[in-house]
Amino acid sequence: MSSKIKRNVLKSMIIGVLAYMGALGVPQPAQAEYADIVINNYADAAGMRPAVFPHWFHRIRFRCKVCHTDLGFAFKAGGNKITMAKIIDGKFCGACHNGEISWSVENCAMCHSGIPGQPTHFHGSTVQRLIAPAYKPLQTKDTTK
Amino acid sequence: MNKKTKAISFSSAVLMAAFLWNAQSHAAEMGDNQAPLMVADISAANTFNLNLKKPKSRNLPPAEDGIHDPENEATHSLQHPLDAYKGLPPSDNGNYVDWVKAIDEGKLRPRWDRFDPNAEPFVMDLDIVRPVKASVPDVVFPHRQHTEWLYCSNCHPAIFVPQRLANQISMSAILLGQKCGVCHGKVSFPVETKTCRKCHSKPKPADWEPPLSEATLKNPWK
Repeated sequence: MSSKIKRNVLKSMIIGVLAYMGALGVPQPAQAEYADIVINNYADAAGMRPAVFPHWFHRIRFRCKVCHTDLGFAFKAGGNKITMAKIIDGKFCGACHNGEISWSVENCAMCHSGIPGQPTHFHGSTVQRLIAPAYKPLQTKDTTK
Repeated sequence: MNKKTKAISFSSAVLMAAFLWNAQSHAAEMGDNQAPLMVADISAANTFNLNLKKPKSRNLPPAEDGIHDPENEATHSLQHPLDAYKGLPPSDNGNYVDWVKAIDEGKLRPRWDRFDPNAEPFVMDLDIVRPVKASVPDVVFPHRQHTEWLYCSNCHPAIFVPQRLANQISMSAILLGQKCGVCHGKVSFPVETKTCRKCHSKPKPADWEPPLSEATLKNPWK
């Protein structure tokens, strides 16, 4: 084995390792639960993290009818225009998140737990996958800085 | 600039330097008329499953799922989906839980009324058969599984007119989030190959043959 080939092997190995290390730093696409919703109609503008609504957590405890009939939630992510004012008046989330059925509104960070800067979106949605650009966290944020 | 962005920009700089170095050495070798030894010479355009992005892991805890902020303390006190799914029947898609089966088997008893844990759903057991033009099996819509979860007014009359032959449904509409796609493909089981037969479940009659297309009927060379 000539020294040149040896050097080349070494070189490619180093490149491989560097590329692997580089790939580790590349942000990974979100792998949240199916039907998790990030709601960021107003949160970012108000200096809060976006709210995350996990369907799976709620459907274990309630049937769809409870929120989508009794509480009037439309079948549209971000389409209900929920504000904290409505919640403290007992509407939408506030129907349960009032300290009686579930935790009360002073536990801000339990719901407002999303990564800042994410747009309102539906995780795992077929519609989003087929027609809207795939959502990639962090990447858009990185290019602006 | 926070730590994360710093790390990302550092690693991308390293990656770019590596590429430049590689390209340079490649050029030099070509001059020497020697066979170049490259890391990856095979074009990435011709690999298998280019558009098939399967998740590498499933049911991650909130802090690792990519939408919750791990820097938020409360994120770490949120429930782990796998803890919640213990004992529930598994499925191949969505949350990897068969929600309908879970209720049928009595392993899950979600409330029908937010205050009354004993309220019973208004279940209607009525199957609607919808013939399909194409050669896939006909659709059977079971009201029972749907009324276990939903109330009549969730679908009628806004999404589906409660009348025979009054609803135009197509797979393209469903995939774009209309009709069945208001829920299926978002919350209830997703629309993919493995789930086709959940709806397309009634085989065509034995003597059924796919209708010939107009182009075939008018084909002058047939």
